[in-house]
Amino acid sequence: MLKNMLKATVFATTLVSTAGVLAMPAFAEVVYNRGNDTDPKSLDHHKTSTVAESHISRDLYEGLVSKDAKGELIPGVAEKWEISDDGLKYTFHLRNDAKWSNGDPVTAADFVYAYQRIQNPATAAEYANILYPIKNAQAINKGTAKPEDIGAKAIDDHTLEVTLEAPTPYFLELLVHQTAYPIHKASVEKFGDAFTKPGNMVTNGAFMLDSFTPNDKLVLKKNPNFHDAANVKLDVVNFIPFEDRANCLRRFEAGEVQSCSDIPAEQMDYMREKLGKQVHVAPYLGVYYLPVKGKEGGPLRDPRVRHAISMIIDRDFLAKEIWHETMIPGYSIVPPGIGNYDNPVFLEYKDQDVLDREDKAKALLEEAGVKPNTLNVELRYNTSENHKNTMTAVADMLKSAGIGSTLVEMEGTGYFDYMKNDGAFDMSRAGWIGDYSDPQNFLFLYESDNLGFNYPRWKSPEYDALMAKAETTVDLKERSAILRDAEALLLKELPAIPILYYSSRNLVSDKLSGWEENINDEHPSRFISIGG
Amino acid sequence: MFGYVLRRFAGAVPTLFFIVTIAFFMIRLAPGGPFDLERPIDPLIMENLNKAYHFDKPLWHQYFIYLGNLLQGDLGPSFTRRDFTVVELFQTGLPVSIKLGSLSLSIALVIGTFLGAMAALRQNTWIDYAVVGTATLGITIPTFIIAPLLSLVFGVMLGVLPAGGWDGGSFRNMVLPVVTLALPQIAIIARLTRGATIEALRSNHVRTARAYGLPAFVVVVVHTLRAAILPVVSYLGPTAAALLTGSVVVETVFGIPGIGRYFVQGALGRDYTLVMGTVVVVAIFVLVFNLIVDILYAWLDPRVRYD
Repeated sequence: MLKNMLKATVFATTLVSTAGVLAMPAFAEVVYNRGNDTDPKSLDHHKTSTVAESHISRDLYEGLVSKDAKGELIPGVAEKWEISDDGLKYTFHLRNDAKWSNGDPVTAADFVYAYQRIQNPATAAEYANILYPIKNAQAINKGTAKPEDIGAKAIDDHTLEVTLEAPTPYFLELLVHQTAYPIHKASVEKFGDAFTKPGNMVTNGAFMLDSFTPNDKLVLKKNPNFHDAANVKLDVVNFIPFEDRANCLRRFEAGEVQSCSDIPAEQMDYMREKLGKQVHVAPYLGVYYLPVKGKEGGPLRDPRVRHAISMIIDRDFLAKEIWHETMIPGYSIVPPGIGNYDNPVFLEYKDQDVLDREDKAKALLEEAGVKPNTLNVELRYNTSENHKNTMTAVADMLKSAGIGSTLVEMEGTGYFDYMKNDGAFDMSRAGWIGDYSDPQNFLFLYESDNLGFNYPRWKSPEYDALMAKAETTVDLKERSAILRDAEALLLKELPAIPILYYSSRNLVSDKLSGWEENINDEHPSRFISIGG
Repeated sequence: MFGYVLRRFAGAVPTLFFIVTIAFFMIRLAPGGPFDLERPIDPLIMENLNKAYHFDKPLWHQYFIYLGNLLQGDLGPSFTRRDFTVVELFQTGLPVSIKLGSLSLSIALVIGTFLGAMAALRQNTWIDYAVVGTATLGITIPTFIIAPLLSLVFGVMLGVLPAGGWDGGSFRNMVLPVVTLALPQIAIIARLTRGATIEALRSNHVRTARAYGLPAFVVVVVHTLRAAILPVVSYLGPTAAALLTGSVVVETVFGIPGIGRYFVQGALGRDYTLVMGTVVVVAIFVLVFNLIVDILYAWLDPRVRYD
């Protein structure tokens, strides 16, 4: 009996597996296991703000305009658009074949509803300010205007008219951001907050939600109703969260994931040797800088002292030895390669040798009346091995110019809370990754009313005036010149010392194609394919 | 007996209330809130958020709202995972943690007591030395070394098992995490069993049993091990509670969707409700397992009576 059963089992197994093998070509799904930094806080894109979330929203939704694999603007739901001469009115013509994943057509009203919803104070959208350039958006978010007053109007199902507060040359860039995607009104109204649950969620992108298990994976399936579905090569995209980069590396090496959104910098040499071209380090839209505050009337309030400190910092050493070339030496707040900005400005000693700079720094300190070994600076940073190493190296560099320092480490959430609430500090660290490719998105950090980001509480009426002027300037060349003046002023006063530019770091399997390096580090799964 | 269990349950309620109260106010002492991120939020939007989640109300008011919800079994919404309530997160995570924890605990119990008993019965032979040596090693090497090492060797180098992932709880994906969790427990249980067995072998009732001329098997299994298992049982109470509620290290390294990570993720993200939820769940597990241990004691040790 047992023998027979065993035989039967073996037979059945053989049969099933043979059938499986034979059936493979017909049923095999193309699955892309995609490493991501973390899980999304929410799938409601109106409640998202992080880079990890943007990767997911980008696959789920399509905005009016979109970007291709190289990061160039391409038409999205809107197939064409016109901009009025004063730069205040945008008229978008929506494509006829744009559909939601349940088959409903994507209409202009869907965008109007989305823009009203994100500004509605009841939504409590964290990134509502990205869309403040739209007329009345800020007022609605503040509660002083009604959602119906939003500067977006559906002329008909396929024509959308958007009015802006002021000409915003980077407005099309903003429309690529996840906050500007449409939302399916019927399901939001039907399910409320639960509209993001699998089964309830309706999206208009190349993919749609299948399931979401926190700390495990988020499964997206190809959206058959997507207008370009014929060119979407993947059937399934699994977004897998990795808090620890080393874990992603291991699973990448084991062939279990095809890409990692970050890499353990300390293993750079090993990876370069072992994985070769699969390691991608590319310029990125981000800057790592050291805000300087100091006490009222103290030496750190003197720009000469700040410049002396800046000169001493050997950025090449930091980039190479501390960050293993996953960062690029930085000499400006606006990272190079950004859009709408010609002839960027840099700190004047960008190309000078660090030894010459050290002599100059000492001279500057003397001029400012700071005697050697009398100045002690507190270096404050949030817990992270890389920040700690960076600050330790900076402390060591300062020592060579006779400036003493103390390191103060704070746990992340407490640190940012302290910085934002006008905490007393000498020097600290901060990083900023641009939301859109425009210098305004970096220079606004130091406007005097920007209490959330301007840690040193630096105030310059001249700077604020330049930023306000740029806001209302339509001509791109002219505007670029104004912004350049603003940055030149910022670099002259130096309330924050730029030291590094971020670079994007990815592991990408050579089995993947359609994954291209770009400054936004955006890689829509829509253009990616696996194998042949 | 039944009355005893009932009394213990009644006693657990104020303990739980006490834990909840302390935890609620302690987490609020930490600077910052759930919406303080590296990228600061516009103050205006922060106001909207605080209103939406009742953070604009005084702390005592928030405390009573929380207690009220807790009594109805509602642990509130999660702030860092806003598509889920805390209860929903535990509904998917807890079974995973319990599955992993109970498997590794059972394995550790069987292997650990067996090795410990073997070492005690063959005291001062090479078997004993091998067990004690390996156990010491097992206790001293931390999980955060063993876990990535196992993943590297079996997942990447040999490629025989997945380097990580859960895959809906398939057997292949469970092997490495279960082994990682079980190894240190095997070591501890083996040492505990060995010590207790040696002591029991010298005790009066075992000598009496031997004097009666009972077979060696009966002497060892019925009389010695029954007494020797007592310290292991009391160790198992808190250990079972800890293992069944997940391990941060194992879940992070192997990418497992249990609840072990929620405590750390919640604390770092100031996800007050998630931290509180974890505290409540862990507290309940500890209380329940301590009770189970006490009941087991009565059953195993004829000297203990509950009246």
